[in-house]
Amino acid sequence: MSTVRLALPDVARLIMRRARWRPAEILFWTAAFATIFLLPGRHLILTEVAILGLFALSLDLILGYAGIISLGQAAFFGFGAYCAGLLANHQLVTEPALALLVAGLASAALGLLTSFLVLRGSDLTRIMVTLGVALVLRELANRFDNLTGGADGLQGIEIAPLFGRFRFDIFGHTAYAYSLAVLFIFFLLARHIVNSPFGLSLRAVKGNALRASAVGISVNGRLVAIYTVAAGYAGVAGALLTQTTQFSSLDMFSFERSADVLLMLILGGTGYLYGGIVGALIFKLMQDWLASMTPQYWQFWIGLVLVVIVVLGRERVERWFAAIRRRILLWRAPKRAA
Amino acid sequence: MSIALETEHLDKRFGGIIAANDVSLKVAKGARHALIGPNGAGKTTLVNLLTGVERPTAGRIRLDGRDITELKPHERVRLGIVRTFQINQLFADLTPLETVGVAISERLGTGRDWWRLAGSKKGVMEEVMELIERFHLADVISERTAILPYGKQRLLEIALAFACRPRVLLLDEPAAGVPEAERHEILATVASLPKDVTVLLIEHDMDLVFSFADRISVLVNGALLTEGAPAAIARDQNVRAVYLGEGADA
Repeated sequence: MSTVRLALPDVARLIMRRARWRPAEILFWTAAFATIFLLPGRHLILTEVAILGLFALSLDLILGYAGIISLGQAAFFGFGAYCAGLLANHQLVTEPALALLVAGLASAALGLLTSFLVLRGSDLTRIMVTLGVALVLRELANRFDNLTGGADGLQGIEIAPLFGRFRFDIFGHTAYAYSLAVLFIFFLLARHIVNSPFGLSLRAVKGNALRASAVGISVNGRLVAIYTVAAGYAGVAGALLTQTTQFSSLDMFSFERSADVLLMLILGGTGYLYGGIVGALIFKLMQDWLASMTPQYWQFWIGLVLVVIVVLGRERVERWFAAIRRRILLWRAPKRAA
Repeated sequence: MSIALETEHLDKRFGGIIAANDVSLKVAKGARHALIGPNGAGKTTLVNLLTGVERPTAGRIRLDGRDITELKPHERVRLGIVRTFQINQLFADLTPLETVGVAISERLGTGRDWWRLAGSKKGVMEEVMELIERFHLADVISERTAILPYGKQRLLEIALAFACRPRVLLLDEPAAGVPEAERHEILATVASLPKDVTVLLIEHDMDLVFSFADRISVLVNGALLTEGAPAAIARDQNVRAVYLGEGADA
């Protein structure tokens, strides 16, 4: 039948194809780091974008790679945020980078504890359960106000200079460089994870859980693992927000925050890791731009864009772009030949 | 002869419906055993019970004498009970290369590795290549499974089971929907399995069953009607009644 012969190195290269760095990716990160020097006046909003991008990345890990829908990712974001605030306030861990890791690990532990809740059931059950967990945590933070400051939140948190050297300035220069570096490092880790055998097995689970278990994959084990990792990511994002704003509040657990991050991820697209960052950028820029035009109604436009994307379907929009690109290439090709 | 797979008084009820009724089946090691029966006889239920997708209402299941009734599906796969599906169950977004790679890497215990790239283990890749070539998938190695022609998907379905290196292979209508010419290719591949691999073939197509099996069990209304060598089954009056009574079902 088939006469195609395979060579081992070629086959290995084929399976590793997804892990190869594309020029567009290198361009993306070069541009991102260039903004540290080129856009010093926009560091405050860019810090927010980086943090939200990391938060959305955490959601992409479970939604885009394991098919777990969540409307309560803010549970871990808020938990990480309060951890960072408490670690600094009580001078338990003063080095911000170290406190960030501790907050991330604590959030991951919380993710592990609650992961069994998302193992069973349909998307609807998962939406409700994750939403519920976030609400419970928010109320706990509200209730234990002697620790958390209750409705006032943790205010005036003193964050020590980064690595004992770089003070967090009011222009957000340190905050931005720090946040972007953290985003990049965790992005690299995520990129490695999704291209590993573990990541491949997650995609198998997402594609067909019945078949995945029929080739010996412990479906629940994999889901628990990635849910835990994603919770850690969300916790790091929350901790970053606390450290860069010296403030944490109950709103970090809020439903709006969980919904916004899902919205960003859908805007940017799931399952390729950049969706969350791109979505966070679009979301923040639109918010900034629309809010300056129609301060009260900016969410109307965000909503409209979301509806258009979901109804038309991302694939159709991408096909349009691909068609346009082909046209341009075709239009240029004869010229080159001539 | 030793017994590879055995069920003891297996019952399965869905509400009022009895899908498996006191099924005690013995499959000898290395056997080419076929399970036949009309539509709705409970063949697929039995496969689901054997693989752990469904829990029996009562009864035990043993693999090489070991009780596996309580084991989860993936744990049974690791012990060597592997199945194929009547309706393809594949990973639509993965390529055949990735699909076979997932299964092999899982069997070799490297499926949880998160610290290295997929494709970086030479041993896994060699086995992947061997299977891809054996099942004529080399020309579509990097296509999305969802867009493969049906025949290729069927081959991948069987390749995936082989990738798990079964000790007991449950084939749930492997030739369903496959054109005549390719049918024999699939059956020839199954026949080429080492003799110590036990095969339980669940099939509708009588020609296929009689050309393949050395032992046949007949399932009717969730219960075993009879069991014997192919020649005996072909002569059996009860079996003929069931099949002829069902008309064109056979």
